[in-house]
Amino acid sequence: MLLEIQDIQVHYNKVAALKGISLKVEEGDMITLIGSNGAGKSTTLRTISGLVHPSVGQIRFKGQRIDRLSPDKVLKLGIAHVPEGRRIFPGLTAIENLRLGAFIRKDKQAVERDLERVLDHFPRLRERAHQLASTMSGGEQQMLSIGRALMSKPKLLLLDEPSLGLAPVIVKHIKEIIGEVNREHGVAVVLVEQNAELALDLSRYGYVLETGSIAIEGEAKGLMGNEHVRRAYLGL
Amino acid sequence: MPFRKIISIGVIYAALLALPFALKLHQQDFMIILVINVLIVVSYRLMTLTGEFSLIHVVLMGAGAYTSSLLAKTIGLSFWLSMPLGGVVAALLALLLSFPLFRMKGFYFLIGSFAVGEAIRLSWSYFDFFGGPKGVKLIPSPHLYIPGLGMQDIWQPIPYYYLVLTIVSLGLLVLYRLEHSRIGLTMNAIHWRDALAESVGVDTWRYRTMAFVIASFFAGIGGALLAHYIGTINPVMFDVTTMVYVLIWVIVGGTNTFYGPIIGVVLLSILNEMFREAEQLRPLVYGILLLAVMRFLPNGLDSLPGKIRDYRRRKLDSDSVDAAGNAPSQAASGSGQPSTNTIGPN
Amino acid sequence: MALLEIKNVTKNFGGLTALNDVSFQVEKGEIRGLIGPNGAGKSTLFKNIAGFYKPTRGRILHQGRDISHKKPSHIAELGVVRTFQETTLFQEMTVFENVLVGCHLSARSNVFSALLGLDHGRQKEAEDRTRQVLEFMGLMERQDQLALNLPLGSQRALALAVALAARPTLLLMDEPFAGMNAEETGHMMSLTRRVRDSGVTIVLVEHDMRAVMGLCGYLTVLNFGSLLAQGTPDEVRQNPQVIEAYLGSS
Repeated sequence: MLLEIQDIQVHYNKVAALKGISLKVEEGDMITLIGSNGAGKSTTLRTISGLVHPSVGQIRFKGQRIDRLSPDKVLKLGIAHVPEGRRIFPGLTAIENLRLGAFIRKDKQAVERDLERVLDHFPRLRERAHQLASTMSGGEQQMLSIGRALMSKPKLLLLDEPSLGLAPVIVKHIKEIIGEVNREHGVAVVLVEQNAELALDLSRYGYVLETGSIAIEGEAKGLMGNEHVRRAYLGL
Repeated sequence: MPFRKIISIGVIYAALLALPFALKLHQQDFMIILVINVLIVVSYRLMTLTGEFSLIHVVLMGAGAYTSSLLAKTIGLSFWLSMPLGGVVAALLALLLSFPLFRMKGFYFLIGSFAVGEAIRLSWSYFDFFGGPKGVKLIPSPHLYIPGLGMQDIWQPIPYYYLVLTIVSLGLLVLYRLEHSRIGLTMNAIHWRDALAESVGVDTWRYRTMAFVIASFFAGIGGALLAHYIGTINPVMFDVTTMVYVLIWVIVGGTNTFYGPIIGVVLLSILNEMFREAEQLRPLVYGILLLAVMRFLPNGLDSLPGKIRDYRRRKLDSDSVDAAGNAPSQAASGSGQPSTNTIGPN
Repeated sequence: MALLEIKNVTKNFGGLTALNDVSFQVEKGEIRGLIGPNGAGKSTLFKNIAGFYKPTRGRILHQGRDISHKKPSHIAELGVVRTFQETTLFQEMTVFENVLVGCHLSARSNVFSALLGLDHGRQKEAEDRTRQVLEFMGLMERQDQLALNLPLGSQRALALAVALAARPTLLLMDEPFAGMNAEETGHMMSLTRRVRDSGVTIVLVEHDMRAVMGLCGYLTVLNFGSLLAQGTPDEVRQNPQVIEAYLGSS
């Protein structure tokens, strides 16, 4: 088991944001969290990456407790978080952004190899290598933030709304990229998405969050057929 | 206004009216300057309502002081005309300066206001008309006709204290009404999101200027009140050190409420007075206090009551949870609900 | 006469051309979709219409009047109001106060009347208008909550309410559906229709194709700052250029 969350609760100023969530991610797995805004999806990711700490419950990564660690420690263990809204360093070039992703690593030669690998993977980023990130399009910025996360050589990638605000054709492209990262790099992914169709199509397993709890879970294919999911999240 | 508020304001004023008789001479001095400084910080806060912090407030206070002093001294104008004219000149100066200054925002505005302020202040040192570096001396004190006593020269601390208290109270009343009017709401809106305010038709330039001009008017009044009491003014009195004190008072007190800056200036002035004997320790005490407030109450002292309320409620919450042995109550259940039934009828 | 006419609008930033000779018209009562890839110039065009940017060349006419070089507050006064990408509200004000600020134009007062309370009648009118708008948007029960405490769906409805309070004839909506799930999208769509039915013409920038195709009778497509195509949703959906640049083949 790569990641195991056991019954975590998170409170912001004593208001419960998560009311007991348990989920599992296998090595090389891809799971998704879908649900309304404010249901606790982003909070779950933030809790895994150490930005907030649960008041109750445990998080284990490769068997080790990580629920009290700071974000940099969690990153060092191999969990990379791509937050919502394409957070890039706008005043730096694409390459510089990518190199910053490897900030915590000491193995300089391997970093160079991985940089090549990421650039091979995102030909668009190679074309834009020396362009300022702020001048890149929304889709390219999203690729850049995923690429930067990969530079830390994670075992687990947390993606928060990668399709937000992107044109349909770019959304399709980003979807392919997420699939490839999972398959070819062998990186496990926890995907948070408003676009439930995309998320369930990509993932093996899905969790539906409603007001801080898991309302439904199951194989992604099965969830697509679930009446409640179809009505509330797929709009069918 | 709620009853409790009226009562507490009444009590404060009763104390303020009785106070001078219980004080020594130098303490009476202290009270006069403190009351003037209350007007300075509260007017400064009007400026911050629109989201801008300036470094020119004290210079405009000086403009009021110089105007009133020179008018009274050179052409013998009555204090009752020269003092309001001090405010008017400070306000006009602000209006003039708003054209270059409000092309800037935030940090640039701050530095721009500092540069312009220094230029004004240095002109007082440079031109003999303003008395040069030595400033203006022998500023006449106000005269007031009191029935039964005839024309009185108000220069002693106690009568001057009542004069200042009256004028400052009127100023505070105006500033309070303004903040709680529609204009105050609009200024607040500009502070939060100027682009959104503009998109619904708010001329942000006009409101920023309005806040700046009105704040400067009261700074000018404050300056005039100070000048006619001390009897002498010079450019150094209105330099950036004084401005930094105003900033510290406002920041420590907090800008979220009307009374925040008042708490700041009163508390820190009293503290300063207590360390009168240990002059060297003053900056240290100020520094430590500023750090402590920044660390524990980043929104200023006026956020303390809210924090205490929060703490009590949380304590109550967790106590009741422990007793019941189940999950914490959802204090904000309103915001946790799905928005389905609230967006609108279908 | 069209309600909005964009005439040969070009906008340069230094050497970069964000809009290149764009022309189109929007008729009264429409919900017009404005779509295109990220960076195609949609937001830039909005900012030009609302006066936050001035076009380098070309003209923008609203009800036949040239508004291309007026400032934002003046353009709002003429009836062109925009909403913002993501959620832009007066976060630490209540729902009621947010909409009250939106009523600014109909309730302006000067310092003296505000101090002396002479603007009482006008203020009451503004408050009535505020309640009316809140009722219309179904936000009445939340009027005393702080904007930042609202769930996303209500925040977006409030952003729309603030804009409506300014009595627009033309409303520019910038990605109001971003980040919404299917259910929330459905509600926002019905709200948008209600606003149109109340007599407001709408231009909608949005990537959510379900919302765009469902709401708009006519679409304008931008690509690299130029007009790529125009037409009904069906025409645009089948346009090979639009498929390549924007929709992607499914």
